[in-house]
Amino acid sequence: MKIALSIPCFIDQFYPQVGVAAVELLEKLNIDFEVPKNQTCCGQPMANSGYENEAIKTYHHFVNLFKDYDKTVMISGSCTHHVQHNYTHIEQTNEVKNVRNNIEDISQFLLNHYIDEIGPVHFPHRIALHTGCHSLRGQRFGTSSELVTEKKTGLEGMLKHVTGVELVPLSRPNECCGFGGTFSVVHEAISIKMGRDKLNDVQDKEIEYLISNDMSCLMHLEGIIKKEHRNIKVAHILELLNGSIK
Amino acid sequence: MRGSIKDNSEVFLKNEERTNWHDKALWFVREKRDLAAKSIPEWEQLREKASAVKMHTLSNLDQYLIEFEENALKNGVKVHWAKDGEEHNRIIEEILQSHQVKKVVKSKSMLTEECHLNPHLESKGIEVIDTDLGERIIQLKKEPPSHIVMPAIHLKKEEVSELFHEKWNTEKGNNDPVYLTYQARLSLRKDFLTADAAITGVNFAVAETGEVVVCTNEGNADVGTHIAPLQIHSMGIEKLIPQREHLGIFTRMLARSATGQPVTVYTSHFRKPKKEGEMHIVLVDNKRSERLSKEKYWTSLKCIRCGACMNTCPIYRRSGGHSYEATIPGPIGSILAPNLDTEKYSDLPFASTLCGSCSDVCPVKINIHEQLFFWRQDIGRSNVLPKSKKISMKIMAGVLGNPAVYKMFGKMMRISLKLLPSSIFENKLNTWAKNRKMMEAPKESFQEWYQKRKK
Ligand code: SF4
Repeated sequence: MKIALSIPCFIDQFYPQVGVAAVELLEKLNIDFEVPKNQTCCGQPMANSGYENEAIKTYHHFVNLFKDYDKTVMISGSCTHHVQHNYTHIEQTNEVKNVRNNIEDISQFLLNHYIDEIGPVHFPHRIALHTGCHSLRGQRFGTSSELVTEKKTGLEGMLKHVTGVELVPLSRPNECCGFGGTFSVVHEAISIKMGRDKLNDVQDKEIEYLISNDMSCLMHLEGIIKKEHRNIKVAHILELLNGSIK
Repeated sequence: MRGSIKDNSEVFLKNEERTNWHDKALWFVREKRDLAAKSIPEWEQLREKASAVKMHTLSNLDQYLIEFEENALKNGVKVHWAKDGEEHNRIIEEILQSHQVKKVVKSKSMLTEECHLNPHLESKGIEVIDTDLGERIIQLKKEPPSHIVMPAIHLKKEEVSELFHEKWNTEKGNNDPVYLTYQARLSLRKDFLTADAAITGVNFAVAETGEVVVCTNEGNADVGTHIAPLQIHSMGIEKLIPQREHLGIFTRMLARSATGQPVTVYTSHFRKPKKEGEMHIVLVDNKRSERLSKEKYWTSLKCIRCGACMNTCPIYRRSGGHSYEATIPGPIGSILAPNLDTEKYSDLPFASTLCGSCSDVCPVKINIHEQLFFWRQDIGRSNVLPKSKKISMKIMAGVLGNPAVYKMFGKMMRISLKLLPSSIFENKLNTWAKNRKMMEAPKESFQEWYQKRKK
């Protein structure tokens, strides 16, 4: 199986350590993969702002990079969701369909196929989990609190072989963090309020680490944490599983 | 001119204590809804069924409307058709004028709100009393509803006490909800006894029997219609369901979704006029049939107006219903309003993180957050967004669609983040960094690290 690792633009530019953790984890698992050169972005920022047409070039670029792989593992549930659901805007050639069908968020990929081969990792801290909304409700990575169905394992399942960790539930399970892509700038005031409310909840429970499968949520939250000198650390689940949280 | 949700919500958020109170009050309702939904193991099947019944009815709406009218006529009801709000108001005015009505009591109806019936009737010298407690409060306060189920949810009991004192001379400073409700009851009782006509909204209309079903907690629709000789029911054409047996699917979910109650206190069926009384039903289109023809948006007609999408919405809870400046606020309002006037309401579909909580909570499974995304595209393609935004999107598209430019741009960003004083990035112009610290620039990008390592 030919596997490609896809790195979203903001991880490439601002959180390379998350990409590094992904590479190291995949190597430890002896998974053969490539990181195609010239990756840019999935086009979500433009489409979410109402400019799908401007994103077409980016869509084609993305498809060209990944069309020959049997599986594209993406370090973002949100970008994965965008490719799966919104690449309907371009002509549905076999290549486009392949990419849409074969893309998977790396967290789900690891949980579904490799979770028992990861770890054990010792992480003696109080943590809370935050599943990105697109993973949660778009891809059903876990069960959203609105649904009355049997609970499906999501992010918390990835802690299976993490020892010493104390998982603290938040008072509002899976309330959105307020990032929302360009929403974070267009509706800055609401976005910040949502972020603060989430962080207050984390702080009230004396949680040390907020762990997510979506680095974009954490990018927004970390910005607030640092601005307000709050005593909370954030990390991607891959960093935790790789044992590379500094 | 309509204010934007961005500006309005910024004003709302300035009072943080009040925002927190509002957010908590609605979250409390959402939690009650969760408990109520979870008491029904087959909840998800019910949602499927409800959605299917509505889709079927909407797909055959012409036939069901004819069937409904036939049966209503057989029951001795007078049926009227209104193509828009104006015609609806004129029809009601004419019915009322022909009976020399001076005063009418009205129970909850978002449709009459949509058609602006109250100001119309008042301008013709007819007094309208809203009889739902929440609606009466905002009517006295001369404010529009901020929520479709709990129209006065934005007001605190102290404010209601103040208002009642001012209007009805109730005891000053008595904030006891029981006392205040009792005072409202005393006042409303007089109105019920002196009204010449009663108007109600409609929750469901059964094609098979020609009856309308009205769900309330206060029984105000019943008191109104039972006392006044003339009763009028206003309904949107999407309220139809084929048969009585389908009603149970909806009544099991409506109150649970709305307030977490197992069922509304009153679920009243109105089928024929009372003895020596008159019963009218006004069926209103007001662009509904146009919406029915829109492939991406027609399913929004499934809405049963439970308000659950508002209670769950993290943006609604933190901006308040009035910030939307639309008859129906919140997630559903944001996909309904652009149907009525795309340009006027073009900001609403963007007031969302697309978290999808609304779609998961919706009892009739409307894909609300997907429709928000569709509206963004339709609005982006039209000419209603500012040019400046379009230009910046073009630049972004140029950068992201071209790897070489992307690399250079990314490098420049990272280097300038390091070299330039943070004040340049963290000033007011840079909205991202207004209340967030700018990301720290790493030495090298992931791609740079990876390519180096491979060698
Ligand atoms: S869209 Fe769904 S959740 Fe919102 S009011 Fe309508 S029925 Fe209720």
